[in-house]
Amino acid sequence: MKRASDPGAAVTVQAGARSAALLRLSNVTKTYGEGAARVEALRGIDLEIHKGEFVVIMGSSGSGKSTAMNVLGCLDVPSSGHYFIEDVAVEELQADVLARLRNIRFGFVFQGFNLLPRTSALDNAQLPLIYAGVPARVRAARAKRALAVVGLAGRESAMPNQLSGGQQQRVAIARALVNEPEVLLADEPTGNLDTKTSHEIMGTLAHLNQELGLTIVMVTHEPDVARYGSRIITFRDGRIESDRAQAPMPLQSAS
Amino acid sequence: MNNLTTLSLAASALFRNTLRSLLTTLGVVIGVAAVVIMHAMGQGATDLVTGEIQNLGSNMLVIIPGGDSRQAFGSGLLSAQLFRRTDLDAIRRECDAVRYVSASNSLAVRAVMGEKNRATTLFGTTPEHYATRDWHAALGRLLNEEDEQQAAKVCMLGETVRRDLFGAGNPLGSELRVQHVNCRIVGVLKAKGVSTFGTDQDDLVFMPSTTFQRRLLGTDRLGMMMVSAVSEARTDEARTQIMSLLRQRRHVRPGDDDDFAVRDLREVQALLSKVTGVLTSLLAGVAAVSLVVGGIGIMNIMLVSVTERTREIGIRLAVGARPRDILKQFLVESVLLSSVGGLLGLGIGLLGAYFVSRGMHIPYSISPRACALAFGFAALVGVVFGVVPARKASKLHPIAALRYE
Repeated sequence: MKRASDPGAAVTVQAGARSAALLRLSNVTKTYGEGAARVEALRGIDLEIHKGEFVVIMGSSGSGKSTAMNVLGCLDVPSSGHYFIEDVAVEELQADVLARLRNIRFGFVFQGFNLLPRTSALDNAQLPLIYAGVPARVRAARAKRALAVVGLAGRESAMPNQLSGGQQQRVAIARALVNEPEVLLADEPTGNLDTKTSHEIMGTLAHLNQELGLTIVMVTHEPDVARYGSRIITFRDGRIESDRAQAPMPLQSAS
Repeated sequence: MNNLTTLSLAASALFRNTLRSLLTTLGVVIGVAAVVIMHAMGQGATDLVTGEIQNLGSNMLVIIPGGDSRQAFGSGLLSAQLFRRTDLDAIRRECDAVRYVSASNSLAVRAVMGEKNRATTLFGTTPEHYATRDWHAALGRLLNEEDEQQAAKVCMLGETVRRDLFGAGNPLGSELRVQHVNCRIVGVLKAKGVSTFGTDQDDLVFMPSTTFQRRLLGTDRLGMMMVSAVSEARTDEARTQIMSLLRQRRHVRPGDDDDFAVRDLREVQALLSKVTGVLTSLLAGVAAVSLVVGGIGIMNIMLVSVTERTREIGIRLAVGARPRDILKQFLVESVLLSSVGGLLGLGIGLLGAYFVSRGMHIPYSISPRACALAFGFAALVGVVFGVVPARKASKLHPIAALRYE
């Protein structure tokens, strides 16, 4: 209900579009800079992401995969082309509406965790709820639950510098989940973690995808991390080079 | 994001850098404290002067010889004809708006008592002077009409003179020598203490006006008369009565200028409050400048803070903060900073004003309006100087902010 009444929802229904994709990029380009410093990060991307998918985006650095993630997450807007979220054209939306989309539809997980320093795990996890206008009591309860989901029950008052890298990334995942988004966008979430911790984090993400039906789009360099996904997209020079489905690694019994 | 959340966010951000926040707001603290202290001093001085004049009697008129020029106390006094005793009696008799009229003339003398002596001021006064100026006897009696009639060789001592010449001894009945006149001490005045203008009001000797004139000055003329009207409301009436009476008695022709002046203490009061008013606003202006300087300090640190917290801003934008939420957050921080500074300044100002008023012997007079104004101005400084940093913060691009190192 809440979502149907989103403001600025100038719905653009594409004639002949097949079963509505959750996210759809249509001939999207993105260029930075001017003249000699001009960089074409995306050179025409067509991509559809459906509900419940676990999409892994791979590619060398500078291939445009992070730019694509930023566009998907409404952190950046395309230079040309169209981006539709459930057939709503994003480029027509105001900054405030984009902020609201980031707030309630997407959860972000970054390589560098990006937690607020000197701020407790609980306060970090409830950050999106502040901007959703959730009352303080409800915020704390929901943030606590999100921390429990990622296995950090009891560490609510810990500061980021008192937590290990894996634990910090779990706080970041709890923050991404706390507002119950439809899509989790993870930009190299295991890039700063050791192998064992990486697999623990990936286990958590796979669990969220397979058990709870959360749609995940993840950028990674690491092939063994990519095996958790159900679809692998490879970027090269701002274009999609390959896009194939794969059988995701089965969930291991909770240890 | 509701207001309470914004406020607590701002408070915790400032607490994270407590020392820096305090130093940042120091300019505002000093500015507000200065405004409060300056204003309290001005107000206290005005109150004191007003009180003093009220004490003297706001129904008081002073009659001096010489034209009504502003130099009447100077050159006019020397050239103009002095008053006669009969003038004083006539005023007492004929002006019904006048309650008391007294003569008071003074001379700097050396009062000698045995081996001790003291430089002091001798006043020749009529008995009504004591009622007019609220003098009372602490020992013995006041000089009376009989002393006046007989030009008796008697006198009264002020407390300071008594203490200096007699210490613990009883002065009553002793003979005090002033100039070449020996007079019997019949009373000691109740002490009045130090006046607004820092003079010792008890350093004096009184003798009957007639004695003073005949035995010391050798003339019958009066230099100055003091009149107290029946009530404050009838002060102007008393003045009019005195002026027409004296013009007649001194043979001033219609159309000619007066050769005497009747001064009203309210004029003096108005002049004094004008002076303190100008001084107060001058000092408040200086204080306001320091508030503006404090505001610039806040802006400077807020700009630094925005740069330092660029990543935080990026994170907030990524999880759904709108630009206006960021704007609000930083604006509330700077306003909170300046308001806390304002409150601290208010506290320090009130405390400082208290000690200053005690040190300067003026009443502790605080105007709530001035306090509210100073605090309001401090808060306003926070808004005005917070806008630029807050706008800078809200205009950041989420990606650029997140990547900022």
